[in-house]
Amino acid sequence: MNVQSTPVLAIDSLRVEYPLANGSVFTAVENASLVIRPGEIHALVGESGAGKTTIGNTVMGLLEKPGRIAAGTIHIEGKRFDAARGSAEGIVLGRDVGAVFQDPMTSLNPLFTIESQLTEAMRFHLRLDKAAARARALELLESVGIPEPRRRLKAYPHQLSGGQRQRVVIAAALSCNPKLVVADEPTTALDVSVQAQILKLLRDLADSRGIGILLVTHNMGVVAQIADRVTIMHRGKVVETGTTEEVLRRPKAAYAKALIGAVPRTDRRLDRFPVLGDEGKGRAEQARAELRAKAERSDIPAEEAPILTVENLCVDYTTSGWLPGSKGHRFRAVDGVSFSVRSGEVFGLVGESGCGKTTIANVVSGLVRPTSGRVLYRGQSVAGEGATRRVGPLRQAIQMIFQDPYSSLNSRMRIGSILSEPILFYRLAGSRAEAESDVARLIEAVGLEAEAAERFPHAFSGGQRQRLSIARALGARPKLIVCDEPTSSLDVSVQAQILNLLKDLRDATGLTLLLISHDLAVVRQMCDRVAVMRQGQLLEQADSETLFDAPQHSYTKELLSLVPTLDRIRGETKAA
Amino acid sequence: MKTLAAAPSLFVRLGAPISVIVAAIVALILVACALLASWIAPYDPTDLASFELINAELPPAFTADGDPQFLLGTDNQGRDLLSAMLYGARVSIAIGGGAVLLAATIGVTLGLLAGYFGGKVDALIMRIADVILSFPTILLALLVSGIARAIFPGAATAEWAPVILICAIAIHEWVQYARTVRAATMVETAKDYVRAAKVIGLPPWRIMLRHILPNVMSPVLVISTINLAAAVLTEATLSFLGVGMPPTYPSLGTLIRIGNEFVFSGIWWIALFPALALVILVLAVNIVGDWLRDRFNPKLRVKR
Amino acid sequence: MFKVLLSRLGQAALVMLVVSAVSFVMFRYVGDPVATMSRENASVEEKAELRRSLGLDQPLVVQYGRFLGRTLSGDLGISYRNQRPVTELIAERLPATLELVLVATILSLALGIPLGVLCALKPHGIAARLVQALSLIGISTPTFVTGIVLILVFAVSLGWLPSFGRGQVVDLGWWSTGFLTISGLKSLLLPGITLALYQLTLIMRLVRAEMIDVLSSDYIRFAKARGLPTRYIHFRLALRNALMPVITVTGLQIGSLIAFAIVTETVFQWPGMGLLFIQAVSFVDIPVMAAYLLFVGLLFVLINTVVDILYAVVDPRLRARSA
Repeated sequence: MNVQSTPVLAIDSLRVEYPLANGSVFTAVENASLVIRPGEIHALVGESGAGKTTIGNTVMGLLEKPGRIAAGTIHIEGKRFDAARGSAEGIVLGRDVGAVFQDPMTSLNPLFTIESQLTEAMRFHLRLDKAAARARALELLESVGIPEPRRRLKAYPHQLSGGQRQRVVIAAALSCNPKLVVADEPTTALDVSVQAQILKLLRDLADSRGIGILLVTHNMGVVAQIADRVTIMHRGKVVETGTTEEVLRRPKAAYAKALIGAVPRTDRRLDRFPVLGDEGKGRAEQARAELRAKAERSDIPAEEAPILTVENLCVDYTTSGWLPGSKGHRFRAVDGVSFSVRSGEVFGLVGESGCGKTTIANVVSGLVRPTSGRVLYRGQSVAGEGATRRVGPLRQAIQMIFQDPYSSLNSRMRIGSILSEPILFYRLAGSRAEAESDVARLIEAVGLEAEAAERFPHAFSGGQRQRLSIARALGARPKLIVCDEPTSSLDVSVQAQILNLLKDLRDATGLTLLLISHDLAVVRQMCDRVAVMRQGQLLEQADSETLFDAPQHSYTKELLSLVPTLDRIRGETKAA
Repeated sequence: MKTLAAAPSLFVRLGAPISVIVAAIVALILVACALLASWIAPYDPTDLASFELINAELPPAFTADGDPQFLLGTDNQGRDLLSAMLYGARVSIAIGGGAVLLAATIGVTLGLLAGYFGGKVDALIMRIADVILSFPTILLALLVSGIARAIFPGAATAEWAPVILICAIAIHEWVQYARTVRAATMVETAKDYVRAAKVIGLPPWRIMLRHILPNVMSPVLVISTINLAAAVLTEATLSFLGVGMPPTYPSLGTLIRIGNEFVFSGIWWIALFPALALVILVLAVNIVGDWLRDRFNPKLRVKR
Repeated sequence: MFKVLLSRLGQAALVMLVVSAVSFVMFRYVGDPVATMSRENASVEEKAELRRSLGLDQPLVVQYGRFLGRTLSGDLGISYRNQRPVTELIAERLPATLELVLVATILSLALGIPLGVLCALKPHGIAARLVQALSLIGISTPTFVTGIVLILVFAVSLGWLPSFGRGQVVDLGWWSTGFLTISGLKSLLLPGITLALYQLTLIMRLVRAEMIDVLSSDYIRFAKARGLPTRYIHFRLALRNALMPVITVTGLQIGSLIAFAIVTETVFQWPGMGLLFIQAVSFVDIPVMAAYLLFVGLLFVLINTVVDILYAVVDPRLRARSA
């Protein structure tokens, strides 16, 4: 590595403010400092609202008005960043600073070829002519690992896969040989396997070209894998900073400790996730006890037989052809899947996007009809062959919670109305007053105050909304709840709380949970038994411990090895 | 009337600029005048006994040869122009409003059904919509009017013309409602709260009415203001062309048609005043509608 | 690509079928052609004879078939009003309307697109605000009012331009054009502007809305992050993306223009198809109405199909599927 000591990026006591309409000021970033040397990858970590994206935007000069730099300095390659101009003297955005954004699908202009988008910056900043620019573009594509680069140049973005598009985006960021690259959540929108490749690419580029990378992310696993140094932010302030090993293994600040502790691990299973803050235990436990009492009154004795059986399930999707009436392509989403779930257990279905797990969830909950095979609930067919229309107790018994907390509650209805709907529909309460008190119990059982019933969904955070979704599902007194990626859209610390809640509810009321997730670590922590899926087929199922410690199928092994975790930290020297 | 009076303060609370508030007030005043035409008009232009040819083509009261009896002058039949305009505005607004109401009802219902069920229902409704959309409003309206006239001899009379006009205009307008509501319904149906309602087991009609409809109404309201303006313009155009409201019960468009004959001989008021009234009314509604559309457009919200 | 073409043609055929069916129904059932065409006190036998000779006693499907056959061979019936073949009438009037529409389209695109871009790029500037205010007035003013005002100002008061008619036209075979004479061009001006005004406003607003949308997209942000010059981003990149929907809308607009020509032709006494149609509606001249419907339907369908295909060619996402 060269001995140049000028840092690529030096931020000192930075303060970024947004003046608000009512005269007050919102401080997005307060007193932030960090330094990036050539060849270093510095991860800027935090949950949503931490201020990390704001810093990224500011360094790129893309801070949106009315945001402004109120104090502190930024130096890029030793040259001072002028807040008024939005750039540093002699540093040109696009030439000396490159940017990589999160979503490769929307970063590239759909109407222009790869070649034109790669060569644009070069022709402006470096004054290259067409032929020279094309030659460089070819080199760039090769260096980011795109096969058949000559053909790809003529292609349009929609003709490439997500991973390839992100490589092109990285190539475009590198096109003028910048010394600093700001990467804002570069792998969040990608599958695990693709993510691993892109991360490796970034690391190689930093090593081979001496580029400094400011990596903004919320994923601790990514940090562990490729970052040299880490800065953790919380609500605009820097909470902890140091080398990756120091911060991840020996965090000092309370928030940092909690954040790292909340990350689900794939190596060990914990009873509960350690969380920050009080979860309102007392009232919640009492409410859950009441729920359990109600459930038992109407329950049949516990059985040994499986509560849910999926037999040879197949689901095909057909896209319609061009003319009305003609058939189009047939796509097999689920291919002969069979498994069973025991009463009271947490069963996990895990796999990458497109593997069919969500389709199975939809079939089990009655949203989609299978093409063949069947689903049995307590021996009765509820989907597929022999299934009758789901009404009454059969419908009630299986409920669902969804991934997106922001669309799972009707924003125009009060919480009280939303939660009471299933209760009133199934006449589970004798009177309206009884229904209202049931709703209050439900809300308390998920850890919120009963007054929430009067308010509208937008008054609640993502995590709180997810709790209310769970409360709604519980309202129908189900025996089985299908959880479709219930925490994928939530911050890590909130995720921990929700998963704890699900565990507590299961313990209190004897519910069965079918957990769908792409996050192996979450599945490890939550599930008793797990099944791994790929491209519609179920490849392996076993007890959770067995699957994670001694996986049988090669795909499972591969999947486990690709997950960025905190277990393997870059640069860490393991104790002998 | 109370709701009409409360409207301006609503706009202020929503943060509307001055121009929009002024426009809203102007629109409301015009609409109020039109609705109260029977009470505030100095004469009744539909009462054949109340005007005489001898008073025909008198200029407005504030000009040299004007008669103080007739504030804005008289038309070719001797009718007081101001009264004719008030009644005409009432007819124009009534027809425009009626058309929008009819179109909205049909369009929202079909849009909900198409968006929620998809598949064959959607394909059928959209095909019909596409065919209708291939033709501009004016053409369809003209056709409907023309055919109605050929089939019913009484179609051109004052009793039937409004009904036929409402249908003629609505037959094109519903498509826009249907498309917008369908698109919004498809977005909402994909959202998890609808999936949750399905999993709970609620029947489709209940989901559509109770959950989806309230969430797709806001684009409907926005379109309605703009459509109202367009409907009034269409009615005026049809009347101008001679296939709308007859001269015995003229709308603003009919008055302009009558006035057009006299414009070259220096009798300018018969065409000008109704034209001004029409443009100001439609302009006021458009200003409000435009602002509503920008205000409720999620893409124009400031990103954090 | 082939599939796109096929489906569009299928849709076009469907629309034409519906249009021809409506046309046929009008022709056959609206009003009684026998009563209209025979003398006042024709006897029952004479009427029955007429009915047979017109083929009105055949089953419906046969009549429809014959109607289609006649139509495709160019026979659209005889006008009730002036007893001439409808096809002749339409051929006479078509050039006038098409030239008018052409002028209006060029005007509305040539002014509408730049103005829309201006309003999107400098939304708070004086020019943009003025244009936007004027555009609001533009879509609030019906075409006939604009026409009358223009006539009053330019023809009556100032006397610069004619207030009606096409001026001198030159016959090129079957087509008669007003482009080749000064008086022809002058006559085209006022009606052209009148017709163009409403559509100009619509295009301007559409372009403005699309540009604003595109300017806030991720790929434009990424282009900024690559340090590309602002002019390049605005005019070479964003404009390209924003103009895509304008293509479709322009196609629809041409159809709209043909319809609005009815009003303009009425105001300016322009001897085109629109004026012909409105006279037919007042007179209840069914053959002309039905023929106009068919003809205009065909024009719309053609234009829309061409536009759809054009869109598919221009948008790479709709072109070849595989890389």
